Amino acid sequence: MAELNELYQQVILDHNKKPRNFKRLETANREQEGYNPLCGDQITLYLLMEGDVIKDVGFQGSGCAISKASASMMTAAVKGKTRDEAEVMFDEFHRMVKGDLDAESEQNHLGRLKIFAGVREYPARVKCASLSWHTLRAAIEQKGEGHGEFVTTEAEHRQD
Amino acid sequence: MPAALEVEAKGMRTSQFDVHRIREDFPILKQQVHGRPLVYLDSAATSQKPQVVIDAIKSYYAEQNANVHRGVHYLSQLATREYEDARVKIQRFINAAETHEIIYTRGATEGINLVAQSYGRKFVHEGDEIIISAMEHHSNIVPWQMLCEQNRAKLRVIPINDDGELLIEEFARMLNRNVKIVAVTHLSNALGTIVPVKRIIELAHSQDVPVLLDGAQAAPHLKVDVRELDCDFYAFSGHKMCGPTGIGVLYGKSHWLESMPPVLGGGDMISSVTFEKTTYNSLPYKFEAGTPNIEGAIGLGVAVDYLNSVGLDRIAAYEHELLDYATEVIGAIPGVKIVGAAREKSCVLSFTVDGIHPHDIGTVLDQEGIAVRAGHHCAQPVMKRFDVPATARASLAFYNTKEEIDALAVGVQKAIEVFS
Repeated sequence: MAELNELYQQVILDHNKKPRNFKRLETANREQEGYNPLCGDQITLYLLMEGDVIKDVGFQGSGCAISKASASMMTAAVKGKTRDEAEVMFDEFHRMVKGDLDAESEQNHLGRLKIFAGVREYPARVKCASLSWHTLRAAIEQKGEGHGEFVTTEAEHRQD
Repeated sequence: MPAALEVEAKGMRTSQFDVHRIREDFPILKQQVHGRPLVYLDSAATSQKPQVVIDAIKSYYAEQNANVHRGVHYLSQLATREYEDARVKIQRFINAAETHEIIYTRGATEGINLVAQSYGRKFVHEGDEIIISAMEHHSNIVPWQMLCEQNRAKLRVIPINDDGELLIEEFARMLNRNVKIVAVTHLSNALGTIVPVKRIIELAHSQDVPVLLDGAQAAPHLKVDVRELDCDFYAFSGHKMCGPTGIGVLYGKSHWLESMPPVLGGGDMISSVTFEKTTYNSLPYKFEAGTPNIEGAIGLGVAVDYLNSVGLDRIAAYEHELLDYATEVIGAIPGVKIVGAAREKSCVLSFTVDGIHPHDIGTVLDQEGIAVRAGHHCAQPVMKRFDVPATARASLAFYNTKEEIDALAVGVQKAIEVFS
């Protein structure tokens, strides 16, 4: 069961039970929905952008432990970051959960997010871990303020 | 000779089902997954294949491969005979009146699409209505939505109750002279409900409305007699009934199939072609354009032989016992809620566990070597009806054992421990 413990680390279980920033952000100027059609996971992400900086972020939705913990830890990680910094983190995170980046030996900006490295052993769960990140990217890329069209994790099929 | 045949021949254990002999016929069941014996509880997604089916596909390519209906040479005739013999086996399996009422398709999905596009083109017009039910698989929803959009018809949905049973009285009220076809599942993939299709067919026929049954789940678990049911169309898939993937069957009553236009054009579906006019081939070939899935059809024929040798009645009785056991054992675990409690049920145990997402249950079980489905089971409206984002689904077949249900129970307990 060693592998299972690696996926469901205590920190992940904790964020699943008590997700951080799990709220509708009243001050948000971006709102974005993300959806994982495979398992029905759904997330609404609220962003307060000031220029290029993510000033505040919150989320709501329903999903599995991996997707919920990932969203929770993502919100903590990107708060105060610029869009370019967030994009770098997304890229590194995505490569890590797919097994293309060894977060222990290669340089990266993932910090606490490294805890999701165990996902690489579970290809079916890559989408769960990256749903919130896809949603964040879509929210950042929205032109101006408002509500973007919902994004899905379906492109993962082609990437995997 | 398959184990099941030997059992039958020796007349032993007629009342008791010797599942351990049956399991010998399925090589995949002997393997280990993550260091544990495989517990395969995902037969509603696809069934495992007995050795006889695997052998038939292999020997087709090793000894019989040629195109059908074309060659004068030995191999082509051999392949054609095997391919057409399988059609007869399938005809008998569902008790169709005529062999030409058996159309080979890629699966149930293609069969339903064929009827939607072909019957729909001819008989469904603006303002007409199509009736489906609230517990359909996406494959019996989307083809009708597409047709409705094309022909400006209206899709209507028979509601279900909290146990996952269809509301027949509501259905009776929905019937009117604008209804052009009723399409319902015979056995729900998400809830396990056995739908009272005979009653539905009687009611629809009393208003001259034809009925299509989605038999993808029912074909391997219930004895299907299309003449006794009096359904107009019956669509099912080979891979859910011990046959290969990529082959399926659409049964249609002759008079409907005769009156319907072909959907795919090409070779094999014509009797003569000029640039001015093409004359279509007779049934069933009118609906079978192009080189078909020959080894699939032959494999499905062997799967039918195999299921017959075990006996659908005995399969149904054993699976019923197994489902009752699973319902009791899994239902007794604190925090588990079973979704779908129809009085008439077969082979599907959909459930949720308080505080744990089905996807996480699926991953924990997988580590125990237990294969279940976690998700919406291609039936999102059903999930919405029961207000759950997804469920975990253990689906049973006649090669499963009570010990495997016990392993599932242990696995679910383990998931509860991990997430407690």
